[in-house]
Amino acid sequence: MAPRALAIGRGWPGRLAALCVAGFLLAPLGAVLWRAGGAGWPGAADWAAVRFTLVQAVLSAAISAALAVPVARALARRRFRLRGAYVALMGAPFILPVIVAVMGLVVVFGRGGWINDLLGLAGLGPVSIYGLHGVVLAHVFFNLPLAVRLILQGWQEIPGERFRLAAQLGAGPAEIRRLLEWPMLRRVLPGVCAVIFAICLTSFAVALTLGGGPRSTTVELAIYQAFRFEFDLGRAAMLSVIQFAMVTLAGLAALRLSRGEGFGTGFDRVVPRWDARGRWLRLADGAWLVVTGVFLLGPLAAVAWRGLPGLDAMPASVWTAARASLAVALGATGVTMGLTLAMALARRGWVELIGLAPLAASPLVLGSGLFLLLNPVANPASLALAVTMAVNVVMALPFALRIVGPAVAGVEADYGRLADSLAMRGAARLRWLVLPRIRRPLGFAAGLTAALSMGDLGVIALFADPERATLPLTIFRLIGAYRMEAAAGASLLLLALSFGLFALFDHGGRWRADT
Amino acid sequence: MLTLEALDIRQGDFRLRADWSVAAGDRVALIGPSGAGKSTLLSVVAGFFAAASGRVLWDGRDLTGAAPGERPVAMLFQDGNLFPHLTAAQNVGLGIRPDLRLAPADKARVAEALARVGLEGYGARKPGALSGGQQSRVALARVLVQSRPLLLLDEPFSALGPALRAEMLDLVAGLCAEKGATLLMVSHAPEDAQRIADRLVLVDEGVAEAPVATAEAFARPSDRLRRYLG
Repeated sequence: MAPRALAIGRGWPGRLAALCVAGFLLAPLGAVLWRAGGAGWPGAADWAAVRFTLVQAVLSAAISAALAVPVARALARRRFRLRGAYVALMGAPFILPVIVAVMGLVVVFGRGGWINDLLGLAGLGPVSIYGLHGVVLAHVFFNLPLAVRLILQGWQEIPGERFRLAAQLGAGPAEIRRLLEWPMLRRVLPGVCAVIFAICLTSFAVALTLGGGPRSTTVELAIYQAFRFEFDLGRAAMLSVIQFAMVTLAGLAALRLSRGEGFGTGFDRVVPRWDARGRWLRLADGAWLVVTGVFLLGPLAAVAWRGLPGLDAMPASVWTAARASLAVALGATGVTMGLTLAMALARRGWVELIGLAPLAASPLVLGSGLFLLLNPVANPASLALAVTMAVNVVMALPFALRIVGPAVAGVEADYGRLADSLAMRGAARLRWLVLPRIRRPLGFAAGLTAALSMGDLGVIALFADPERATLPLTIFRLIGAYRMEAAAGASLLLLALSFGLFALFDHGGRWRADT
Repeated sequence: MLTLEALDIRQGDFRLRADWSVAAGDRVALIGPSGAGKSTLLSVVAGFFAAASGRVLWDGRDLTGAAPGERPVAMLFQDGNLFPHLTAAQNVGLGIRPDLRLAPADKARVAEALARVGLEGYGARKPGALSGGQQSRVALARVLVQSRPLLLLDEPFSALGPALRAEMLDLVAGLCAEKGATLLMVSHAPEDAQRIADRLVLVDEGVAEAPVATAEAFARPSDRLRRYLG
């Protein structure tokens, strides 16, 4: 096919959208830098926060990746009835609200939790879920499934012919490992670790709920504390600069080392294998799958178990917050899809780059900057929900763009010339060509955005006053007030709303999509 | 009249020159080995690819730089001529209005065009529910309502069997005669060219030669044509 030498002048909405996103990312950063100029150098507590942030991120990445290898291997070489559901479960934490998972982990691992009950029966002292190991536990809970998906992708990219050839040569599990699996892992694992490290660096809600105290404060949490408790804007700005530097470096490393987010299809394919038929290997694979499944489903079951009776104990503020969260999530979804479409249609390299830039942004740094910008002109608390929505939009944008962008490019490659020859431009092209053909990825991206926004506990914590809250923040406050029944009930509600929104949009995209 | 004025097409190492014109209503077949640039030449006329130098003129109007949809051109590609998510009637309707805001009179024209290609009553079907030949007919119905004076065919019927292909070519010849349209078609099969084209352009060795009468060309082929036909 001849290259498109005659580019048609379209895509200004996408370029405008990209400029808006860039401005939204850079203006708060400028405010932070400007404000940090007058602040002092980091003190001992600040360096401790940096150290803790790095240590927990390294541990979380290493443990998640190490545990994911045997699980991914078991998924790659075993065929069983619920395999599809199991792989789907590996995608669930992406749309699981952090506060809900924390609630579940507290019920299972917390002071009065199931594990401690068992330990007590065995005559062992209680273990605490708070501090470094709690933060790492929660991060492993969230990132182990992601690691499994990314590594499984690597396994499935080994051509089936190689396994056939290896079997033909009489290679056993050890040789397969050395010849095929280890080289793949050496290629894939650095990226997996880098992605998880970057995610854990910016994780705020986990540190907020399970960390805290001078020994287990992350930089994000320190920014929040400087804001909320000390109202030391200079220190918050200084910490934001440190966080920005760390996150940018980690984000760039992750982008360089990794390839995609593991949303890829084709996970249902199992390559026929002739090695690993031994009984012990079968048992070991089964054990890995069962233990991981229990580890992931246990906390969710705990939320349902404790939450059902808790539904009655919920105060009215929960329903108000649920309505606010729904409005924020739906608003963020609408705006994100608009930006995503515009930027995907522009099909320019720099536009896409700006769309990915939020991956290297920290929500709390963004929030700090917005606070500094808004504070002189308005009461930040009155804008809490709007700011939360805007930050949700930019944080979801990279994911949405990576899902929708390739679909739009595919439509243009397949039907662009026909549409050009029929003079289909602008709204007509969008309505009659692009939208009908990208319904599925668009619905999927909208579902992810809605669920992410619904469950987000980030900048809202900086901006909110007692009257205004999203549902995740309300749950956090209920936990803080030791109203565990009500918190569990609200968690169950949030879980249902997040997964419900995702399912609604995702199925909406598939419904009658006969293309 | 279509004029290719000192056209020089370059694409990497590839080069193709053309400098000739075709009278309105002529039916011209472009033949030549694959990779010679037949499709690329059509792309330049349709506005998908810019020539390095030279101009494309229609009745004296310079088309260089005009967007594909603004040219007096209707084109059918090798595949993907219909949008699979739209009905046959919608696919045809796009030839009248790209935003599909069709007045009752437009809808009547769509139905008429479908009837003309033998698909009366098939308007509500989507391409997936039509046979290959029927899909080609829908595309031709759209060409019909587009009413563009210049029709470009880039082997749209190559996936059809010989009988069906001959049927489609006869239909094309009929439509061109009805509308007085000029036809430029790429062809791999000399018998297709003989069937409906009254002029022949040999595209080979970097040159698209000036058109010659088809009957003449096959009766007394030039050295180059003989080499191609074998």
